[in-house]
Amino acid sequence: MSSSTAEESARSEAAMLPSPTPVQLINERGVAVDNDTETAAKYPMPSPEALMRAYDKLVTGRRVNDQAGALVRQGKMAVYPSSHGQEACQVAAALCLDAQDWLFPTYRDTVAVMTRDVDPVEVMVLLRGDWHSGYDPIEHKVATQSTPLATQLLHAVGVAHAAKLKGEDSVVVAMCGDGASSEGDFHEALNFAAVFHVPVVFFVQNNQYAISVPLSHQSVAPSLAHKAIGYGMPGERVDGNDLAGVLSVLGTAVQRARDGGGPTLVEAHTYRMQSHTNADDATRYRTDAEVAEWAPKDPLVRMKKYLTDAAVLTDEAEAAIGDDAERVAATLRDGLNSEVSVDPDDLFKYVYSEPTPQLNEQAAMLRDELSREGE
Amino acid sequence: MTSVADQQTPAQAAAGRVADDDGTTTAAPVTFGKALTAALSDAMDSDEGVVVFGEDVGPLGGVFRITDGLTDRFGEQRCFDTPLAEAGIMGMAVGMAMNGMRPVVEMQFDAFAYPAFEQVVSHVAKMHNRTKGKVKLPIVIRIPYAGGIGGVEHHCDSSESYYVHTPGLTVLAPATVADAYTMLRDAIDSDDPVVFLEPKKMYWSKDAVDLKALETARRDPEVASGIGKAVVAREGTDATLIAYGPSVPTALAAADVAASEGRSLQVVDVRSLVPFDDETVAAAVRTTGRAVVIAEAPGFASVASEIVARVQERCFHSLAAPVRRVVGFDTPFPAPKLEHYYLPSVDRILDAVDDLQWED
Repeated sequence: MSSSTAEESARSEAAMLPSPTPVQLINERGVAVDNDTETAAKYPMPSPEALMRAYDKLVTGRRVNDQAGALVRQGKMAVYPSSHGQEACQVAAALCLDAQDWLFPTYRDTVAVMTRDVDPVEVMVLLRGDWHSGYDPIEHKVATQSTPLATQLLHAVGVAHAAKLKGEDSVVVAMCGDGASSEGDFHEALNFAAVFHVPVVFFVQNNQYAISVPLSHQSVAPSLAHKAIGYGMPGERVDGNDLAGVLSVLGTAVQRARDGGGPTLVEAHTYRMQSHTNADDATRYRTDAEVAEWAPKDPLVRMKKYLTDAAVLTDEAEAAIGDDAERVAATLRDGLNSEVSVDPDDLFKYVYSEPTPQLNEQAAMLRDELSREGE
Repeated sequence: MTSVADQQTPAQAAAGRVADDDGTTTAAPVTFGKALTAALSDAMDSDEGVVVFGEDVGPLGGVFRITDGLTDRFGEQRCFDTPLAEAGIMGMAVGMAMNGMRPVVEMQFDAFAYPAFEQVVSHVAKMHNRTKGKVKLPIVIRIPYAGGIGGVEHHCDSSESYYVHTPGLTVLAPATVADAYTMLRDAIDSDDPVVFLEPKKMYWSKDAVDLKALETARRDPEVASGIGKAVVAREGTDATLIAYGPSVPTALAAADVAASEGRSLQVVDVRSLVPFDDETVAAAVRTTGRAVVIAEAPGFASVASEIVARVQERCFHSLAAPVRRVVGFDTPFPAPKLEHYYLPSVDRILDAVDDLQWED
C-alpha cells in the first residue's frame, strides 16, 4: 500500500468513528455550545423557526406522555411505555423526515409517530387493546410500532432497498433502543444496509436500560455508535436530551442518505425517566440518586431557556404552545374515554386477503355461539 | 452440494417443445427444477416488481440451479445475492413488499430457514391481520425440503408443520412438474405470503409438460389458481392414499403395485396444505371408505395428523376403518445410511392398506 493510499484509508476509517464525546449544540444550562469549526460545519444549529416548531412538538410530546400515564391509571389503556425524558429524540426522529420518507418506530416511540401527524387516538389503538395497529402505515409512511426488538430495522432496510431500486427519493429512519442493539436482527440490518448502500438512518435511543438491564450488560463497546465502523458506515453519538443536537445530527445523516451516501448509525444518549411501563417498578433496579442526576438534563427545560434567552420564545408563544399540547391531550382523553365496539368478525377477516373456507366456518361458529348467548 | 443433471437453459425449458420425426410438436420432458426456473423467469417477465434474492441465487443460480440464468437475463437488481443471513433476507423482503415489490426469496435448505423463523411468524404472517389488510406482503418463500437425496444433517427436514401452524401463511407443496410451474406462478401472483415447499428429491424428475401451454392457459381468467385445491392424482375404488410433495410419487408407486395385486387405490395429491381442500379430500375418501395419509415429517402433531382428524370429522359415517398414517418416525431426520428405514416406502404403505379392516 502506498503511503497516500494508507493515509486515505486511515482518514476514511476515522470518518466512520463517532465524535470523542456526544455531539451537543445546547448544553444543560440552555446555552449554545462553542463547538470547533469542523463540528459546527457538520452539525449546524437549526434555524430559530425550526427550533420553535420542534419545541412546540416537544411540549406536546411531554403532555402526551403525562396524559397517557393518567389514562392507564384510569384503566382506559392496557399499558403505556413512556418516553418521558426522551421527547427530544422522539420529536427529532419525525421532524428530520420529509413527506416521502419513512419512519420505523418501536413501541416506546408513540410521540414520534404522533409528531409525524398520525391521529393520536389511532396511535393508541395498540395500547388500548382494540387491535394491533390503528393507523394506515402506507398512508403515513410510518410502520406499525414494533414490539419484537430490532425486527423492524430489517423492514426499514427493505423499504429503503425498494426505494433505491424504484428510484424514489425516500429516506428511512429506523428507531430502536440500546437493548435491541444486542439482537441479531440489529446486526443483520446494519450489515444489509451497508452492503446494499441503502438510504437508512439507524437511530438508537440509548436510554441506559432494557427494562431492568443496564447498558453495561448489553455491550462493552466504547459506545453503540462505534459499532458502525464494523459495518463500514459512519457512526455518531449525540446528547439525546439536546433537541437542537439531535435535529442537527439526524438531519445531517438523513441528507447524507438522500444524497446517495448510504446508511448512518446515530446513538442518542438519553434516559428513561420513568419505569419501562406502568407494569414495571424501576426502584427494584436503579437508585433515586441516579434518576435525580438526569433530572436537570431534561430536554424541555434547556430548550425553553435557550429560546427564551434568544428572545424567540415569548410569553404569548409559550401560551400558544401550551394550548396546542392541551388540545392533543384533550383529543386523547375524549378518544379513549369513548367506548369502541369491537367486531368479532374482524378476528377472521384479515388473516388472509380472502378468508379461507376454514376461517369462514369458524366465523360462522362464533356468530352462532354469540346469537345463542343473546337468546 | 449437487448439480442439476439436466442442463437445459430456461429458454429451452420454457419452450418445452421438440419436433417429432413427422413434424408435429409434442411436449419435451422437463424437470421439476426447470419448471420452477421457467415460472420465476415468466413471473419476472410479466411483473417488474418481482425480485428474486437469497444466498447464491445470483451468478451461481442457486445450489440447486433453480435461479439459473435469472441474473443474466434480468440484471443484478432483479436477482441478487445477499449477505449470508436468513433473518436478514426475510426481514428485507418484508420491507420491500411494504414498498410495493413482490419478493421471491430462497432459503437454501429447510433447516437453514430457521434463523428467519421469527420474521416469518411475527411479521410475514401477521402484517396483513395487524393492519387490517392495509399492508399486504406478497412474498414467496421458496424452501427446498424433505429427504431422499442422501443429504447430511440439517439438509433434509420436513419443516411444513411449523409453517402450517402459523395463521396468515399460505403453504404449498407441489408434487408434479406441471404444478411446480403453475403453483409457483400462483404463489407469486398471490397477495398473501406463501411458503413454497420444493421436494429436493424431485428437482430432477421429468415429465413431458408443455410449459408454454401452461403459461398461455394461466392468462385465461377462467383458469383458477391451484391454491386451496387438491387433485385426485389417480382414480381407485378400494382405498384412498392422501399425500403431498415428495410422498405423492411414493403413493402412486404403491397404487401401481396394489393394482397388480388386485386392489384399486385412489391417490389424492393435497398440493395446498394451507388453505386445505377439505371438500376434495373428504369427497374422495367417501367414495372408498378407507384412507391412509402419507408424509415424511415426524407424525406427532403433524400435517398428517391434521388430515386424519379432518377426515375422521367429515367422513366418519363413510369410513369402514380408522384412518391410518404412514409418516416419519418421531426422530431427527436420519443420517444418509439410515434414511431408507425412516422414509415412507411402498411396502410400508401397502402394509398400512392391508390393515384397513378388509372384510375378505
